[in-house]
Amino acid sequence: MQVEYSGDVMTLNMGPQHPSTHGVLRLELKTDGEVVAEAIPHIGYLHRCFEKHAENIEYPGVVPFTDRMDYCAAMNMELGYVLAVEKLMGIQVNNRVRCIRIIMAELNRIASHLIAAGTYGNDMGSFTPFLWCFRDRETILDIFEETCGARLLYNYNWIGGLMFDVQPGFEKKVIDFIDYFEPQVDNLNTLLSDNFIFIKRTANVGIMSPALALSYGVTGPNLRGSGVKFDVRKDEPYLGYEEIDFEVQVGLGEHGPVGSCWDRYMVRIREVKESCKIIRQAVAKMTPGDVQESIPKRIKPPAGEVYMRTECPRGELGYYIVSDGSLKPYRVKVKSPCFTVMSAFREISRGAMIADIIAILGSVDVVLGEIDR
Amino acid sequence: MKAEEIAALLSEKFGAKILESKLDGLNPWSVVEPAEILAVCRFLRDDDSLLMDHLECLAGVDYKDRVEVVYIVYSMKHRHRYTLKCRMPREAPRLHSVESVWGVANWHEREAFDMVGIVFEGHSDLRRILLPDDWEGYPLRKDYKFPTSYRDMPV
Repeated sequence: MQVEYSGDVMTLNMGPQHPSTHGVLRLELKTDGEVVAEAIPHIGYLHRCFEKHAENIEYPGVVPFTDRMDYCAAMNMELGYVLAVEKLMGIQVNNRVRCIRIIMAELNRIASHLIAAGTYGNDMGSFTPFLWCFRDRETILDIFEETCGARLLYNYNWIGGLMFDVQPGFEKKVIDFIDYFEPQVDNLNTLLSDNFIFIKRTANVGIMSPALALSYGVTGPNLRGSGVKFDVRKDEPYLGYEEIDFEVQVGLGEHGPVGSCWDRYMVRIREVKESCKIIRQAVAKMTPGDVQESIPKRIKPPAGEVYMRTECPRGELGYYIVSDGSLKPYRVKVKSPCFTVMSAFREISRGAMIADIIAILGSVDVVLGEIDR
Repeated sequence: MKAEEIAALLSEKFGAKILESKLDGLNPWSVVEPAEILAVCRFLRDDDSLLMDHLECLAGVDYKDRVEVVYIVYSMKHRHRYTLKCRMPREAPRLHSVESVWGVANWHEREAFDMVGIVFEGHSDLRRILLPDDWEGYPLRKDYKFPTSYRDMPV
């Protein structure tokens, strides 16, 4: 966007404690009146050096730490890690484990996207969608709680299997929830997505071109919002996603240019419906089996290195693990999807109004726990 | 393209600048001379048969006798992946930034500087990113000593 500046620049700190930064993030805004000439993100307020922790504990002990990165989608975080270690050790898990992992990952994706949509509505001045989203998310958390005892940080995916098998009646609960939930998505669209004010606030704001998105390594719904059809579940399948029928949703630019805040938001809403489809198929494919049969007695991967990426709700989560053949990982590097999208923030927010900064930040849906690690 | 073909293409183009390749592991890689990294990355991105437009991961790793920077690159069009490594001495490791090739390298390189202490020449804004600006030491070095206090506050 081309803006003429008067040259009278004021520095304004948004955050680290600001309700719309969704965590502890400081944006250094160079403002010229209402226009933001530059928005410089300052991160690291939640830094715990997860990667150093991981070097000092044995492989299975790392799983709870991965939960604490993206606490809105902990199932997906641990899934990426255990898949990476399993790939390193050459472990194959049985069909039951794969199906339960898919169901859990997709349920968590729905829960995470509900937070994204609900809080985004809240940021844009609409409070009811927030309550609706959190109401439906509760049911998912109840299912998780019944399965593994935790509502937020699960430690459920273990290397080679799962912590517990699911409770009797799990399948019915999940299907009942999906049956109830699918119409709710349409209600949410009526209330928020197609709301005139909401569209006006988001549809022409924060345009991210596909070239910019690719250069900045933006992945997941943010990349698809720019119209690039890429999804790790489809293009580099893991866990048997290749046998599951679902569509990769992209931003279509119904209201204004492709790659706007509205497109990114809408990709998530459409993805929620796809997740429902995936869960139905995964439940139908579930077969009896022992979920712990391939857990090794001793988790000691051979020396070597592996890079494994999975599609988590916020994009492509990569684990680069170097093993020296001992019981502890030599190096664990997490490629966080929120980190890369945050690095593009300065580009997409240049020339926006101050109120639009909040719209842009909400639309990229970052979790600071994962950026700072 | 398979990893063997990518490695062959790189060797053909850069010859002795590709110091070593290991293609049989889970993550096939080549070691590139640090001075050549920018040229190799440009080639990876721009060559029509490679088109590696996506820098998936950039990691600094301390191996006690050397430090390595690992670049994992992927092509959205051709759907292939390759890994490059640069090996440098632990004392004052320096190599050229690849920020001009992939925008995301800006923050990844800042993180590698912050955590492992690798200096990227030509970087537009090489500051610490996750740690405070006045932090001492590089936590992901294997000989890192944990501080007992920060600005007189016990940690």
